[in-house]
Amino acid sequence: MPVNLPDPVREPPGRPHDVERHWNEMTRRKRLYSVLGLVLLVACVIASLRFANETNAGKFFERLPYFFDFFRDLVPRDGWEIARALFDLPSPYDNGSFEYNYPEGRHYVWSSFYIPEYMFKMIETLNIALFSTVIAALAALCLSFLAARNMMPNPWIRNGVRRFLEILRAFPEVVVAGFFLAILSLGPLPAIAAVSLHTVGALGKLFYEVIENADMKADEGLRATGARWIERVRFGVLPQILPNLMSYVLLRLEINVRASTIIGAVGGGGIGELLRLSISQNHEAKTLAIVFLLLVTIIGVDQLSASLRRRLADERAFHPA
Amino acid sequence: MSAVPALSALEELAERHSDTLRIAANRARRLPLLLCGLFVYLVASWWFFSIGSILAAANWPIAGTYLASWVSYEIRPEFRIAPDGAMTLSYGRGPLGKDPKPDWVRLETAVRSPEKPAAAAAARTTAPAATPAKTSSFNFMSPDAAPMAGDAAPAAPQEKVETVITRAAVMLSGAASLAITPSQVDVKNGDEVVSIRLADGRAEPIGSLPGWAEQKRAGEKIVLSFGLAGWAEVSGDRISVRNRFFGWANFLFDTQSPFFGKPYSEVWRLVLSGDRIDPSRSNLALAWNNICYNAEWQHLDVWTKLLQTIVMAFAGTLFAALLAFPLAFLAARTITASRVLNQGTKRLFDFLRSVDMFIWALFFTRAFGPGPLAGMAAIFFTDTGTLGKLFSEALENIDDRQREGVRSLGASPLSVQRYGILPQVLPVFASQTLYFWESNTRSATIIGAVGAGGIGLKLWEAIRTNSNWANVAYMVLLLLLVVFIFDSLSNALRSRLIGRVNA
Repeated sequence: MPVNLPDPVREPPGRPHDVERHWNEMTRRKRLYSVLGLVLLVACVIASLRFANETNAGKFFERLPYFFDFFRDLVPRDGWEIARALFDLPSPYDNGSFEYNYPEGRHYVWSSFYIPEYMFKMIETLNIALFSTVIAALAALCLSFLAARNMMPNPWIRNGVRRFLEILRAFPEVVVAGFFLAILSLGPLPAIAAVSLHTVGALGKLFYEVIENADMKADEGLRATGARWIERVRFGVLPQILPNLMSYVLLRLEINVRASTIIGAVGGGGIGELLRLSISQNHEAKTLAIVFLLLVTIIGVDQLSASLRRRLADERAFHPA
Repeated sequence: MSAVPALSALEELAERHSDTLRIAANRARRLPLLLCGLFVYLVASWWFFSIGSILAAANWPIAGTYLASWVSYEIRPEFRIAPDGAMTLSYGRGPLGKDPKPDWVRLETAVRSPEKPAAAAAARTTAPAATPAKTSSFNFMSPDAAPMAGDAAPAAPQEKVETVITRAAVMLSGAASLAITPSQVDVKNGDEVVSIRLADGRAEPIGSLPGWAEQKRAGEKIVLSFGLAGWAEVSGDRISVRNRFFGWANFLFDTQSPFFGKPYSEVWRLVLSGDRIDPSRSNLALAWNNICYNAEWQHLDVWTKLLQTIVMAFAGTLFAALLAFPLAFLAARTITASRVLNQGTKRLFDFLRSVDMFIWALFFTRAFGPGPLAGMAAIFFTDTGTLGKLFSEALENIDDRQREGVRSLGASPLSVQRYGILPQVLPVFASQTLYFWESNTRSATIIGAVGAGGIGLKLWEAIRTNSNWANVAYMVLLLLLVVFIFDSLSNALRSRLIGRVNA
């Protein structure tokens, strides 16, 4: 077979080192690019750090000594104070100030049984996350079938729904929360609106990608029997994608627990706001109690969701779609 | 018959494999049960959050106004009627400056001395803004449709006199207009006309009010809404009108600027070849300065804050990746043999990740004061945990043969890592870092709002005033643009990195 391409192995015997020279050249060029990239990166980092330091309220090296003071100030008067703050038990240091007024936040359910304030607020935050995830997942499910190529042949509707989901996803949650805060006044609803709108965008995209990857043989069979669109969705596509969707919903729930805490801090109620207040007022026992509660909750939700997702994956492996 | 034995055979079969059938029955019952549970949960949450009552109590009409203010602005002429019947007009702190004389407000003035009642002196009709032919209300970003002060009020012929308004006509965009005299206001909206008598500080409608006019109690203020064109409030001694225009007012120059109100062509001419307005610097420098320090839009401040957010995400993610990189080698069970070290590092990652970015942000805001340092530190701490976890998982999943090959050549432990592992994982690490850089640009906005600086805080402050929605829209647009650019950039870089892995 005639070879027209220049082949380094078949170079004339007078130039034996062409391959090596070429290799060295390439290595040199690669190294040069790497060094240039690194220099650029370092320059960017230095510039960013200087800029950040200059525009910050406190300068880094001025604040550094006080930085550890802040953590020292976080140590409560005794270890039991954290438990007292957590369970709303009366404190021996109570002097009428807001720092030690733990029992005042109790939520009495009946007679003398109460839910401690922080736990109640934590439940509220968790419920904001769960509720938003559920309604957003339902909405995303409806929208994702309209955005999937294999279920929606009309490109106008499909692309319209996709753009809509993109906007929902990219829109800053703070703005949605703030806007609904202005209309609905303080409460959990602005946080629900913000979290669920963002979740519709995020889940919708994941969902339609799953739908597009579904096996269409079942759908074909249904279409052959003259099934309507909704029947094809229900019996052809939904059974095979449902475990996958559930797993995405659980992942999103983990994210939303964190998101609803943050949105709570900017005015949507829940535990986030309490944490912001107690940190800014230097209430060390309260702060530590809330941080502890949050840490336990977040780890718990993560573990629960991970184990549920494992079970879903097992189920899928056992009953292949 | 043959059917009977077949049935019994089936029953026998069911008897033998009862487990299988039971699972199927359970699975069939699961979906309806799940749906019932979901329904109960949704109803319970509806009650828990008292959603119904909150939605009912919400101020929905104002939601439309707020949404409209994202892309429009209001000009607010306000007429005050003194007890002796003298009317005065003011524009408050509007986007047109102190004395705009817009062409949609026509005034009839009279000169009088304060002792005598009005109307005796020579009444003089002025259409104050006869100069501009343009009547378009769609002046996007440019106030050039708004006329500048033409000839001023007629020179007072003698001392001790004042000019008062005897009649005013306000034409709103659309078909609405108001004809105002000190004793009566005639409001025309489309074909309908409402007359309101003003006497003794009370506003009394003549006849019944249509649907677009509302009066809570007799004699008090009447609110007239004209949809997107604006609205007006009429009370006994005051008529305030809100005329809504599409666009962002004074986007480049505010009312203090010498370039304010000039058409673009003239601004361009002044910047390129005009005489210096401020002798100490060129017109270009002056214009740029005026844009940067625009009092309403605060461009320079917004850009600085946006840069802070970008810097927060960039430096925070980069440092997190740099710290997570060596730690991941300690955490990976396939690389470091010590079980204690593996578990210790992994638990550290879990801790950093689970104490949420938000909690770190609050801590560091307290420690460093509000600003990008706090946000950067928060992103750094959280992402050290997240990236460390991802990196160590990647390290545990690598192909071991390459490492064995390098080791079999008698390479030192460090060389084994360098040539046996790094080439496999480095593109993956870089791609994960880029992904987090991009997603942190979004997160930095939210933690900014709790005090960690950047555009988030500025955005939140603008939202909380409830009146700067156009500024909110501007910042959201900038943010979306930045997120879009970083999204594409990180996607492009990542696909190149992953491409090199496949090659």
